[in-house]
Amino acid sequence: MLSNSMLSNHNGAAAKTSAANSQNTQVSTFYVGKYFFGIEVVRVQEVLRCQKMTVVPLAPPVIEGLINLRGQIVPALDMRRRLNLEPRKAEAVPMNVIVRTEEGAISLIVDDIGDVLDLEPENIETPPDNLGAEARELIRSVYKLKDSLLLLLDTDRTIDVGPTH
Amino acid sequence: MLEDDEIIREFLIESNENLNRLDTEIVDLERHPTAERLASIFRTIHTIKGTCGFLGFEKLEGITHHAENILSQLRAGQRQVSGNLVSVILESVDAVRQILNKIESTGQEGDNSYPELVERLERTAADTTSDAAAVATAVASGETAGAKPQPAEAAPSAPQAAEVVAPTPEKVSLPAIAEAPAPVRKENTPVIAAVTTPPPPAEVEKSSNIADSSIRVDVSLLDKLMNLVGELVLARNQILQFTSQHDDTGLNATSQRLNLITSELQEGVMKTRMQPIGMIWNKLPRVVRDVAHSLGKQLELEMEGADTELDKTIIEAIKDPLTHMVRNACDHGVEDTETRIRKGKPAKGTLKLKAYHEGGQVNIEISDDGAGIDAERVKRKAIEKGLIRAEQAAAMSERESIGLLFLPGFSTAQTVTNVSGRGVGMDVVKSNVEKIGGAVDIATKLGEGTTVKLKIPLTLAIIPGLLVTSGGHRFVIPQVSLLELIRLEGDALSKIEFVHQAPVYRRRGALLPIAYLNEVLKLPPTVSEEAKNIVVLQAEERQFGLVVDGVNDTQEIVVKPMGKQLKGLTCYSGSTIMGDGAVALILDVIGIGQLSGVLNRTREAHRSDAGEPATAEGQKQRLLLFKSGSFERLAVPLGLVARLEEIPLSSVEYAAGRRVVQYRDQILPLIALSSIIEPQSFAPAAQEAEQPDPIQVVVFSNEENTMGLIVDQIVDIVDEAVTMRRSNSPRPGILGSAVVGKKVADFLDLQSIIETTGEKFFAAPESRSVSTVLLAESSAFNRGLLRSQLEMSGYEVLEAGSTSEALQRVERESIQIMVIGSDLVAGDPAGMEKVRKRTASARIPILALGNAANEMPAGKSNGSLYDDYQLRFERQAMLESIARLAMATSDSRIADLERAGELVHA
Repeated sequence: MLSNSMLSNHNGAAAKTSAANSQNTQVSTFYVGKYFFGIEVVRVQEVLRCQKMTVVPLAPPVIEGLINLRGQIVPALDMRRRLNLEPRKAEAVPMNVIVRTEEGAISLIVDDIGDVLDLEPENIETPPDNLGAEARELIRSVYKLKDSLLLLLDTDRTIDVGPTH
Repeated sequence: MLEDDEIIREFLIESNENLNRLDTEIVDLERHPTAERLASIFRTIHTIKGTCGFLGFEKLEGITHHAENILSQLRAGQRQVSGNLVSVILESVDAVRQILNKIESTGQEGDNSYPELVERLERTAADTTSDAAAVATAVASGETAGAKPQPAEAAPSAPQAAEVVAPTPEKVSLPAIAEAPAPVRKENTPVIAAVTTPPPPAEVEKSSNIADSSIRVDVSLLDKLMNLVGELVLARNQILQFTSQHDDTGLNATSQRLNLITSELQEGVMKTRMQPIGMIWNKLPRVVRDVAHSLGKQLELEMEGADTELDKTIIEAIKDPLTHMVRNACDHGVEDTETRIRKGKPAKGTLKLKAYHEGGQVNIEISDDGAGIDAERVKRKAIEKGLIRAEQAAAMSERESIGLLFLPGFSTAQTVTNVSGRGVGMDVVKSNVEKIGGAVDIATKLGEGTTVKLKIPLTLAIIPGLLVTSGGHRFVIPQVSLLELIRLEGDALSKIEFVHQAPVYRRRGALLPIAYLNEVLKLPPTVSEEAKNIVVLQAEERQFGLVVDGVNDTQEIVVKPMGKQLKGLTCYSGSTIMGDGAVALILDVIGIGQLSGVLNRTREAHRSDAGEPATAEGQKQRLLLFKSGSFERLAVPLGLVARLEEIPLSSVEYAAGRRVVQYRDQILPLIALSSIIEPQSFAPAAQEAEQPDPIQVVVFSNEENTMGLIVDQIVDIVDEAVTMRRSNSPRPGILGSAVVGKKVADFLDLQSIIETTGEKFFAAPESRSVSTVLLAESSAFNRGLLRSQLEMSGYEVLEAGSTSEALQRVERESIQIMVIGSDLVAGDPAGMEKVRKRTASARIPILALGNAANEMPAGKSNGSLYDDYQLRFERQAMLESIARLAMATSDSRIADLERAGELVHA
């Protein structure tokens, strides 16, 4: 029994390292407004359909509410507001991208989900100079796809909406 | 590295558990050797050996290896169990235990490689023949029960060996119940003890208490299970809802069973977090023994209700306070033997621990039959230590004095012992217990003993809460803050009154500030106005009512954090998941109170109460009540009002851009009251369009001028003794508010109204010289009213709230006349005496104002204390009197001057 548990420990460690290596090259993608975004796939815990949302009165507008993720209470960020885009249409059914953080999970409310993409490092560029300061804070780099651009988000900054008053 | 530590920790936990079991098993093996037992022992030793090798603990591996050799010989039937063998194995187990302890504390195996033991093990392993020939040498002295496994039996005879079967190579399962199936007793067991080695050292311990029947589980795993069960409950609820729509008996029966099983599972998992309080009581007998021993006392510890269960986190939290209190009781509570005998008590003191459930809480009592607590001594000590003043102590009840024990830095022990009395004491106990929502109480009887009672909640994670709705949202209010629920329906709806815009409710006579939850949280307003639910809440030391749309029911809720993004919101203390799976927010009562302002306001109200004594109780005033705009009840003392007039709109004219009306051959300016007290909602055009015809005008006047205030409606004239509260959020034109005719009314501040309008009508007539009046009154409200009257009549007014303040004013300012309220004249005779002395020398006349003609102290009205007396709200008489007095003074002064002049001229 004991040796088994040790084995699994070692395996777990091994799995972590191999995941760390692919971290830079694999992104989970989603759509918000007309833009196409990506975040590191390892930070994404899961993707869910529209969830029942409990609105939190007095919370900053970017926090759309709280969802019940199998007993865990997860705040949901409206990515359109986070990115200063026009609000979602009332009839639209958004998706939840659940992101892992040290303080528990957090959900990003996005319009739609894309595939997990393998990135080739040579196609990654730093954001252009004419990108606004606000967007620059969130967009870490730009990945050139064949016919569109994928904006790679800084996950930690994206979810850092800070404590409110 | 960290991972290694983790593995070693795991290894230590597991090995220690195994070793504890080994002791028992080996001793049992000696008495009743069975193949099963042997196999189990072998497996255990083997596991330890294997892991040691893996982790690189060579010494440990060496010893276990040799022990395993001997065991495998036994297992293979090459030899039989003998006392000699058992001793050697037990010794090995001890050595293993010692090494494990060493590893635990230092991370290393240590230097001792037990060469002697290893050598003996080797010898024993090699000498397979000696057993058969084992010769009985006598032994068996001092066989103590249990603790030391003494070899008691000789080797069983041959047939037994045949029974030994090879063990199945299964893994070591979780600790089995120590008692295996009843051992088959061999018919031939000659009892001859054969001992060649010394008995194992004394530190061999039997396996500990409940380890044999319990499993070690990580608490986080339990938390996870609890969450999963919660989810299961939700899924169950959905299934039940779903099946109720279908008419399928099979499905219904199944879902009912699912229902029952889920409920039981939920209960069971909840229980896994519960631990008997006996867990932490176990070490107390030792504590008591040690303390008693070191102090030369005789003590007996009784425990009752050790199986009472509490949440694990709470058990952890009360462990130290409990130990401290038990020490305290032993040290300070119970007397020494001599004293006890002298007092005729049994020599042995008794300490009793009792735990029991009561109303969703657990009570823990620690009682002793000692000396009890001497309240007087406690007080003396507190004074000595400067914790309280002697006068305070004198006024204290016995119960309050005992409460001093909880003050930081208190210890009543005559001498500081090494047991307790290190300066940290009951205050720490109290704060620790209160931290987890519990309470401490001391009951004591001098000479008979003391009982300390702890009231502890069952769990922190699950709290009872009241489910309410507001603006279409659901919220939970923790039940601890809940005082009562009030439902207002129909006529009762108007019972919510307003102090300016602040809603209040008269709850058993006292004003309860009201907050609307939907307004606090900026939610849409309530649709239905048929009924109002007021949830009366206690926050800190204060109370307020929270109006919600609906009150649903109370539920046990599981408190969950909301995530750091929402931590800054003070109005919530957490969140929870409701039966339907939706998230609901738990309201933070204090946060809500502060956000709505009800908590701050009351606090300031208390402060201003203390600072400004309001009108003396029982003083009746005649008040005019009227309505204006959103102010339902406005009040002004009738004495200030010249007339009430109804003026037809058609006679309202305009002069210099102002509305005026011809009134008794004069021009009366009209001012809409709402334009002053509610400037934001006042729209002149709208006002005029909607104005009733005729308009209601309250006319105020002095000798020269008059002014009309347009109000919506005259309500009433009442005689009322009012106690007014000054407003903390001053509004133009409002002085404060008071309960008038059982409803709250706001008092007009005429002076500020005049200031606001900037009317020149009340400008002091230039012909008259300006006199300064000192207005002395204890009530700020009355001062305010009088001030405006006097100022309207062209006096300059200084105010004083007390006789001493009045004296200071007289010293510093140039004052022509003094007007003093009867409250000071009658209420402060000594001060009045002084004032009179001082003013007489400064030739300041005094006018006393009272409420009734006969209220003044008899015989004092003839100039001994004041020069004239008038009724407070007889405006005209008062002003005339002031004018007369002022005139007299200036005459006498002129006379003085003339006399002085004459003297100069002469």
